[in-house]
Amino acid sequence: MHNFEFVKPSNIADAVQAMASEGAQALSGGQTLLPTMKQRLAQPETLVSLTAIPEMQGVCMGEGGLHIGAATTHATVAQEAASLYPGLAALAGGIGDPMVRNRGTVGGSVANNDPAACYPSAVLASGATVVTNTRKIAADDYFQGMFTTALEEGEIITSVIFPVPAKSAYVKFNQPASRFALTGVFVAQFDTGVRVAVTGASNNGVFRWAEAEAALSKDFSAAALAGLSVDASEMINDLHGTAAYRANLVKVLTGRAVTAAR
Amino acid sequence: MPKDTGIGASSKRREDVRFLTGVGNYTDDLSLHAQTHAVMVRSTVAHGRIVKIDTARAAAMPGVLAVFTGEDFAAVGGNPAGWLINSRDGTPMREPKRPVLAHGKVRHVGDAYAAIIAETYAQAKDAAQALSDDTQIEELPAIVDMKAALADASNRVHDEIPDNLCFDWGWIEDNRAAVDAAMQAAPHKVTLELTNNRLVPNAMEPRASIGEYFPGTGDYKLTTTSQNPHLTRLLIAAFVMGIPENKLQVVAPDVGGGFGSKIYHYGEEALVLAAAKRLGRPVRWTAERTESFLSDAHGRDHVTKIELGCTKEGDILAIRTETHANVGAYLSNFSTATPTFLHGTLMSGPYKVPHVYVNVKAVFTNTAPVDAYRGAGRPEATYSLERVIDMMARELGLDPFEVRRRNLLTPDQFPYQSPVGLMYDTGNYQATLDKAVELGDVAGFEARRAASAAKGKLRGMGLSTWIEACGIAPSNLVGILGSRVGLYDAATVRVNATGNISVMVGAHSHGQGHETVFAQVVAEKLGIPESSVEIVHGDTAKIPFGMGSYGSRSLAVCGSAMDRAMDKIIAKGKKIAAHMLEAAEGDISFADGKFSVAGTDKAKTFGEIAFSAYVPHNYPLETLEPGLEETAFYDPANFTYPAGAYICEVEVDPDTGRVEVASFTCADDFGNVMNPMIVEGQVHGGVGQGIGQALLENTTYDENGQLLTGSFMDYAMPRADDVPFYTVDASCATPCTHNPLGVKGCGEAGAIGSPPAVINAVIDALHRGGITHVKHIDMPVSPGRVWQAINA
Ligand SMILES: Cc1cc2nc3c(=O)[nH]c(=O)nc-3n(C[C@H](O)[C@H](O)[C@H](O)COP(=O)(O)OP(=O)(O)OC[C@H]3O[C@@H](n4cnc5c(N)ncnc54)[C@H](O)[C@@H]3O)c2cc1C
Repeated sequence: MHNFEFVKPSNIADAVQAMASEGAQALSGGQTLLPTMKQRLAQPETLVSLTAIPEMQGVCMGEGGLHIGAATTHATVAQEAASLYPGLAALAGGIGDPMVRNRGTVGGSVANNDPAACYPSAVLASGATVVTNTRKIAADDYFQGMFTTALEEGEIITSVIFPVPAKSAYVKFNQPASRFALTGVFVAQFDTGVRVAVTGASNNGVFRWAEAEAALSKDFSAAALAGLSVDASEMINDLHGTAAYRANLVKVLTGRAVTAAR
Repeated sequence: MPKDTGIGASSKRREDVRFLTGVGNYTDDLSLHAQTHAVMVRSTVAHGRIVKIDTARAAAMPGVLAVFTGEDFAAVGGNPAGWLINSRDGTPMREPKRPVLAHGKVRHVGDAYAAIIAETYAQAKDAAQALSDDTQIEELPAIVDMKAALADASNRVHDEIPDNLCFDWGWIEDNRAAVDAAMQAAPHKVTLELTNNRLVPNAMEPRASIGEYFPGTGDYKLTTTSQNPHLTRLLIAAFVMGIPENKLQVVAPDVGGGFGSKIYHYGEEALVLAAAKRLGRPVRWTAERTESFLSDAHGRDHVTKIELGCTKEGDILAIRTETHANVGAYLSNFSTATPTFLHGTLMSGPYKVPHVYVNVKAVFTNTAPVDAYRGAGRPEATYSLERVIDMMARELGLDPFEVRRRNLLTPDQFPYQSPVGLMYDTGNYQATLDKAVELGDVAGFEARRAASAAKGKLRGMGLSTWIEACGIAPSNLVGILGSRVGLYDAATVRVNATGNISVMVGAHSHGQGHETVFAQVVAEKLGIPESSVEIVHGDTAKIPFGMGSYGSRSLAVCGSAMDRAMDKIIAKGKKIAAHMLEAAEGDISFADGKFSVAGTDKAKTFGEIAFSAYVPHNYPLETLEPGLEETAFYDPANFTYPAGAYICEVEVDPDTGRVEVASFTCADDFGNVMNPMIVEGQVHGGVGQGIGQALLENTTYDENGQLLTGSFMDYAMPRADDVPFYTVDASCATPCTHNPLGVKGCGEAGAIGSPPAVINAVIDALHRGGITHVKHIDMPVSPGRVWQAINA
C-alpha cells in the first residue's frame, strides 16, 4: 500500500469539498477499495471516509419507499430492513461473511458495481433511486456495464431509495471460491408488474430480463418461465462457469426466486 | 471406560491454549534488533530470458541496503532433489540446477530473480517494483501442457533438457511384458483417463524466514517455517551454501500448517542468510498470500490412463497405468519420489492383484514446482484405482461393495508381498469395510435416496477401500531405490533432577498435536503425569537429529525412537534402583512409575531414581555414569500400512449441478491409537482436504503460464459448510507388527481415501437418477462441470 492522506468529514458538504482535491477517493466500508490498495492497484492521494456522516446512515421508511443511507452496513440492513423489505434484508445478510457485512456498505457496493455483486440486482429489480449529493438517478439509468455507473467524478451517493414490492426474493448461486454471485436473481412483484434483475451472469453487468418480467407479470409462478431462455452469447464465460451454464442458472434461479418470493 | 491420561486418552491439545489465545510464537512474530526486510522480485512471465537487470535505480532508493540477483549466487550450489530416479532405459533422471535466485532464465510466474533488502518493508516493496520495471526479460513461449512439452523439443524449460522429460519410470519394469500379456488375455478390460487436479497447499501461515549472522563466532541462525529443520540445515550446508552444519542453527518455531509444502528448502531461506552476513544485520522475509500461491510447491497434477483387466465376475487380473506427472519448473526436494515410490508402490491397493505395472513420465513445465502434498502420491494412486474399480463394477453390472469384497486381501494372507514391491505386514480390510457399512447405514440408503428424490435431488453413495504406506523406510532399502537421505528419526529423553522430563524429538509439530500425544506416550511408559513431560522440537541446537514430519511418520518413526530411549532410561534406572535397594539388577521390575524388588515391598519411585542420578551420593559410580538422559535413533524395518473404508453420500441438484456432501463415514485401521480425539481430528482435516480436492480446489494456468487461480477469490478452499458432520471410527485396529507402539499413522488417510469416495458417489447419483451417459467427471466436480456432463 502506498501512503495517502485520510480525512473523515462529518457532513456531506465537507465530504464533497474534500473529494474535489486532486487524487481524492471516497472510502466507505473499504472492503473493495482497501484490498485494491494493498495490491497497489489503486493509489489514491486522499481517502475521504464517508462513515462519520449521520445523514448517510440508517434505514427508514420515507417518501418513495425504504431509504437507506449510503454508508449503512450490510449487517445493519440485514437487521433493520428485515420486516420492512425482507427480500432486500435477506440479500444483505447473504453478502460475504460477518466481517464483510459489518464493514461493507450499500453505497460502496452500488458505486463499485462489481458485475458479481448482490446489491445492484436489488436496486435494479426494485426500480430504486440512487440519490447523490447533486441529483437523483433512476436505477434503469444508473448501471452502465461492469464497474461502470452514471456517477460523475467526485459525485457521492448519499442514499438509495427502494420502492418496496408486494413480494420479492433474491436467489444467489455462489461462485465457489469468492462466494460472490456466480449468478444471482432478484425478483420483485409490484402492483404494476414484475421486475427481474440478474447479476453475476452478463458481460454487460447487472441486467433486467424483460421476457421473464412480461411472463411473470401475467402469471407469477415458476411455470410461467417454461418456454423462455436467456441468450448465452451475452453471458460471462470463465473458470467457474461457461456462458451456457450461466444462461441456465439465470432461468433456474429466476424460477426459484419466484417460488421463494414473500 | 475411556482413560483420562496416558495412551488411549483423549487428552486435550496442550498447544491449543497458546494458539487460541494469541500467544503462539510464529516466525513472523519474532522481532529483532536492527532487523531489515527482504522483498523478492518475481517474474511476471512464465518463461523468459533475463536480458538485463539494471539495479542502479532500485539500489539508490530510500532505505535500500542491498540488491541481490541470481549473479550473486551463481558460484554457490543448487537446491537438490532428494531422490534419484532412473528411467526405464537405466539412464538417470535429468536434474537441472535450482539456484537460490533465477539466473539467465525465469521459468515460472513467481520465479524470484532478485531480492531487495531495505530498512522497512514498504521501502523494499517500492524498490522491488522499480527493479521489476528496470528488468528486461525476453519472453519465450510458455510450456504449460505436459504432453505438448514432451512433443516439442525446440521449446525447453531448461535449455539442456531437450524434450522437457525428467524421467520415464517403469515399476516394475521387469514385469511389464507379463502385465501386458495378462491384460491382453483378460476377459474384460476397463479403461479410464483422469486428471488428479493440481492443488495449492495454502497453509494458514505463509512461509517466512529470518536470517541472522554472528560475526564474532561466524555462526548463522535461520528461523523458518519448516516441517523439518534438520533437513533444511543439511540442504543449506551440504548443497546450497556450503555453511558448515555446526555453524548453522535452524529453528522452526510454531508453524501454522504445512501439508507438505514446508518440508522443502526454498531459496528465500538461503537468501536471508546470505543477506544477513553481507549486512551484519538480521534479514526477514514473509510471503504475501499471492507469493504463496505462486511459489509454494504445489501438489498432485497427474494425468493418468489406467487400464484394468478382469473376469466377468469381477476378479481383478491386471492393472496398468500410464501417468504424466508435472514436476513444474524445478525439482523440489521430494518431487521425484512422490510420483514414483510413493505412488507406483500403492497401485495394487488393498487387493490381491496378480499383475500390476506403473509407468510415470515426469515432465518439466513453466509452472511452480510440484511436490508432496498431504498424502503425496498415495492419493493419486488411490484415486486412479478406486475410480477404475467402480467403473469395472458398473460395466459388469456388479455391486461396488461386492466387487471390492471379492478382491480384498484377507487377514490370513499377511504378511503380503505386493506385485509393486511392498510387504504389507498386517490388516483386516473386511473388518473396516463391515464397520463402514454399519456406521454408514448402507441398509437405509434407499429410504434416504427416496427422501432426496422428493426434494428434486439425486442421491448417490460412493465407496473407497484404500490403503497407504506411511513412515517410509528402512534407510538401507530406500537408499537402493534412490533416496539420498536416511529415513530414521531420533529422540532424546532427558530426565531432569527433579523428576520431570524434557523430550527432544526430531519430529516437528505444525498443528498435529505432537506436544500432547508424545507426552501421553512418555507418561504412560514412565508412569508419571503428562504434565511432567515437555516435548521439545523444531530447533537443531536443542534436538539430537531428526527428519521432521511428513508422510504420517511422526509417531511411527520418531515415537518409536522415543520409546527406545525410554527403554534405555528404564534399564539405567533399574541399575540405580538395584544399587539403592541392595538387590540384584535382574530382580528389579519397573511398573507404574516404581522400581521394585520382585517379591518384596521394597521400591523406589521414578523421582527418587532421577534425583539419585543427579545427586549420586548413594550410587554405583564405579560402574555407572551419573545423569539420566538417553538418546535413540530408530530406523523402521518396514513401512506401516494404515487402511480403511470410506463411504460418502452426496446429493446432486440436477438443475444447477451442485453437489452437496450429505454424509461421510470413515472406518480406519491406524493400528493402536494413542489419542482418539486427535486421531479423529486428523481424519476430519484430511477428509476436509479430500472433499476440497474433489469438489472445489483447482489450480489453473492459462496457455501463457499465468496462474488464473492465484487468490482465494478464484481458488476455492473448502469451508465449514462445504463439509458434513463426519462419522469416524478407528476401532478395527490391527497393530503394526514392527514398531514398538504398534501405530500406523493417521495424518494423511483422510486426504487419500476421500476423493474417490466423493466422485464415486457423484457418478452413482447421476446413474441412479437415470443420467447414465456420464462415465466420469474430472475433479474438481464443480457445479458447472456436473451440469455440463449432465447436459452433454
Ligand atoms: C471477502 C469478501 C466477500 C464479499 N462478498 C460479497 C458478496 O457475496 N456479495 C457482494 O455483493 N459483495 C461482496 N463483497 C463486497 C462487499 O459487499 C463490499 O462491501 C462492497 O463491494 C463495497 O462496499 P464498501 O462499503 O466496502 O466500499 P469501499 O471499498 O469503501 O468502496 C468501493 C468503491 O466505491 C467508492 N465509494 C464508496 N462509497 C461511495 C459513495 N457513497 N459514493 C460514491 N462512491 C463511493 C469507493 O471510492 C470505491 O471506489 C465481498 C467483499 C469481501 C472482501
